[in-house]
Amino acid sequence: MKPIGPKPRPRRFHQASWDEPVIFELSRPGQRGVLLPPVEAEIEREVGHPARELPGTLRRTTPPALPELSQNQVLRHYARLSQETLGVDLNPDIGQGTCTMKYSPKVNEQLARNPRLTELHPLQDEATVQGILEVMHRLEAMLGEISGMDRVTLQPGAGSAAIYANVCMIRACQAARGQGERDEVITTIFSHPSNAAAARVAGYRVITLYPDADGYPDLEALKAAVSPRTAGLLITNPEDTGIFNPRIAEFVRVVHEAGGLCSYDQANANGILGITRAREAGFDLCHFNLHKTFSTPHGCGGPGAGACGVTAELAPFLPVPTVECDDGRYRLDYERPQSIGKVRPFYGVTPNLLRAYAWIMSLGAAGLRRVAEIAVLNNNYLLHQVLQIRGVSAPYAAGKRRIEQVRYSWEQLARDTGVRSEDLEIRVADYGMHYWTSHHPFVVPEPMTLEPTESYSRADLDDYAAVLRQISDEAYSRPEVVTTAPHRSTVHRTRQESFDDPDQWAVTWRAYLRKTGQDRG
Amino acid sequence: MAPKRLGLIVNPVAGLGGRVGLKGSDGPEIQRRALALGAVPRAGERAAAALKPLRPLAGAFDLLAAPGAMGESIARQAGFAPRVLPATGPAAGGVTGPEDTRAAARAMQQAGADLVLFAGGDGTARDVCDAVGTGLTVLGVPAGVKIHSAAYAVSPAAAGRLAAAYLEGDRALRREAEVIDLDEDAYRRGRIATVLHGYLMVPYRRGAVQNQKVPTPAGEEAQARAVAAEVVDRLVPGRAYLLGPGTTTRAVAARLGLPKTLVGVDVVTGGELLAADVAERDVLALLDRRPLGLILSPIGGQGFLLGRGNQQITPEVIRRVERAHLLVACPSAKLAALRGHPLLVDTGDQQVDALLAGYLEVITGYRDTAMYRVAAGGEGDENLEAS
Repeated sequence: MKPIGPKPRPRRFHQASWDEPVIFELSRPGQRGVLLPPVEAEIEREVGHPARELPGTLRRTTPPALPELSQNQVLRHYARLSQETLGVDLNPDIGQGTCTMKYSPKVNEQLARNPRLTELHPLQDEATVQGILEVMHRLEAMLGEISGMDRVTLQPGAGSAAIYANVCMIRACQAARGQGERDEVITTIFSHPSNAAAARVAGYRVITLYPDADGYPDLEALKAAVSPRTAGLLITNPEDTGIFNPRIAEFVRVVHEAGGLCSYDQANANGILGITRAREAGFDLCHFNLHKTFSTPHGCGGPGAGACGVTAELAPFLPVPTVECDDGRYRLDYERPQSIGKVRPFYGVTPNLLRAYAWIMSLGAAGLRRVAEIAVLNNNYLLHQVLQIRGVSAPYAAGKRRIEQVRYSWEQLARDTGVRSEDLEIRVADYGMHYWTSHHPFVVPEPMTLEPTESYSRADLDDYAAVLRQISDEAYSRPEVVTTAPHRSTVHRTRQESFDDPDQWAVTWRAYLRKTGQDRG
Repeated sequence: MAPKRLGLIVNPVAGLGGRVGLKGSDGPEIQRRALALGAVPRAGERAAAALKPLRPLAGAFDLLAAPGAMGESIARQAGFAPRVLPATGPAAGGVTGPEDTRAAARAMQQAGADLVLFAGGDGTARDVCDAVGTGLTVLGVPAGVKIHSAAYAVSPAAAGRLAAAYLEGDRALRREAEVIDLDEDAYRRGRIATVLHGYLMVPYRRGAVQNQKVPTPAGEEAQARAVAAEVVDRLVPGRAYLLGPGTTTRAVAARLGLPKTLVGVDVVTGGELLAADVAERDVLALLDRRPLGLILSPIGGQGFLLGRGNQQITPEVIRRVERAHLLVACPSAKLAALRGHPLLVDTGDQQVDALLAGYLEVITGYRDTAMYRVAAGGEGDENLEAS
């Protein structure tokens, strides 16, 4: 018997393609999954009719327009769709840079699904939920240690919600200082765009700084931008390019001297855990996405969760409730007169808080630092591999290493072959991998953003690089193979320009029917 | 549904001057010199490269070609059987000139072309613009020496692919693209002077047209409207403003409910058009009577704020406008498209250029600005050549 030889790279892949209709199209009047028996007269006599017992305001006058299907049709529908996805449990998910797609250990999933958590009700008496309050209190203390900040809240439901809470705290603090006239927020073009977006939603004017010639945020532009109108600086570091701003303390100093507050976007802190802290850089506020750095599922695949850390001066403005501990008894404190108020119903996203707590506990302080070291090592190994591929470059900071991710450019490939980054995005799926370009606007031309995190082995990184190398070869030899992809995956070639035209998209079935003139209701 | 009609116009002399260092091909004298220096016409080759991606669609659309070397012969060599439009220009087979391009463009419009590919340079785009303006959907195949106009695809193959997508698309998107031309005489003397000549209507797909990172028409219009709303919010009541050329400043005029001279400079107040398409002496006369503000938007892909396409705003005018009343507007996608290069000023007066150099708050959206670097113009010229 011959031994099994090694698998060649890139490995063969072919995705299931079901041409599956939208579930509403599968609906036929009268199809049912479960036929419920009518309420027996005896039971109705005792407890009443359940539907009629509901308050009138909760009762629909017309039934909802739900699709009508049998149970196995529903199961088959979603099983097929599940075969048409990619994700961290199926492929090395390093192509979604800035999102920190690390592997979430299954043991934490088991904890989060434990009935002792899932059966809790948010309106239970505090005395009966001491366990989860203790977890929250301890997790706050851990994130306080990781960031160096004095107080932490776990209330926000996601990263952008955490930034928004920080902006609201900046406003509340400045109002308390008698500086309500400050209405401008400064950010950088390579900071996570939620910073500018959250500030806008909160009513601030936004001044964006563009990079200097080396790709670092432009310090001279910052000096030109600060004024008595400056409320604060919202900045990511390392930025989306994977470049760490070595003058970050100087940025903070310039803004502080102008009377503004500084908020550190640490949505993705994966490359700096245990290495640098918001406190030492002088920041007043910071935030984490638990679903990035701390291994809980992302918003689209499960609920996200955000955490804000603040200095003692900002602590009175934290959202309510805070978790307090008096003599070993935990309680929720709503009586905080300077608080910005509630940012989310009840406690925050408790299953994710428990997952993040378990993840940190399993690693310990030394383990967290090791996470960052391996994430940075993986990224620089991948950088080295990718830069040997024809047609790709890593703009800015030439010859320097990056932190946890890199924004690459396929500009040379596009010039040489006409194949664009958005073509690669689709072709990569033909090899069972995922790929992402960049936020808009594309400051780096033909962008690709890769972030390998600590979860992946050297073999995984080689697999990914081999796919990119293969596609680069295809682009130079047979570009039509790439420009006509997909061939082996279910990712469609969409007309992206239609995203900007509201007449060309619909996010609900009802809107689709309306926009296509089929709505008869 | 009737098959779509694709037109083809080639300026056979486009690009002649480039490889022999003549910096352009405008005018029969330059063309003769270029040929004498050994220039080989390349426009046909470039047009053929654009037709290549369209071959798989042959039969699904009708190809209309200008006669002879202006389209027909290239189409036949590329394996198409074009319908040839009658020659109506003066050349009719001889050496072609601008009037032949203009005549061909008009003929295409009359023949009901859905899209016309034209191979040439900035001069060719100008001729097409003169003939049909935005009344016909066209797309430039880059074949000339100077390609500053946004009406050109980034390469001949990209033009072909974009044309194919446009012909196949059921809801094809279009946008207005700037037609910019250099003053070739000035350029040969070492001085760059460009003119914003007008606009052409081009099909749109993300990234396939020069001046790439501007968003889609719907997005672009929305961005321009947002920028305009912010500009209008910042106008001081009673003050008059010079409104420079461009689509962003046109959006400002629209916000004010006023007409706008697209390629000229107008003078407006909050609610009134005081003067349209003014020259320097009109502006100086106005300045003698009242203080003026200035609203500018960068022209073209190179980021020139002053000195390209708005020479009416002279150093003397700028000297007399207070810096606090200078409003610069540029949607963020256009700013990102500058690739980190500074905005440029080249007024012809170094002192005035130095006055403007440094950092400037650029209005990029509603309540949205960028703190952006402005540099004296000369240093941007190599950038202009590279594009």
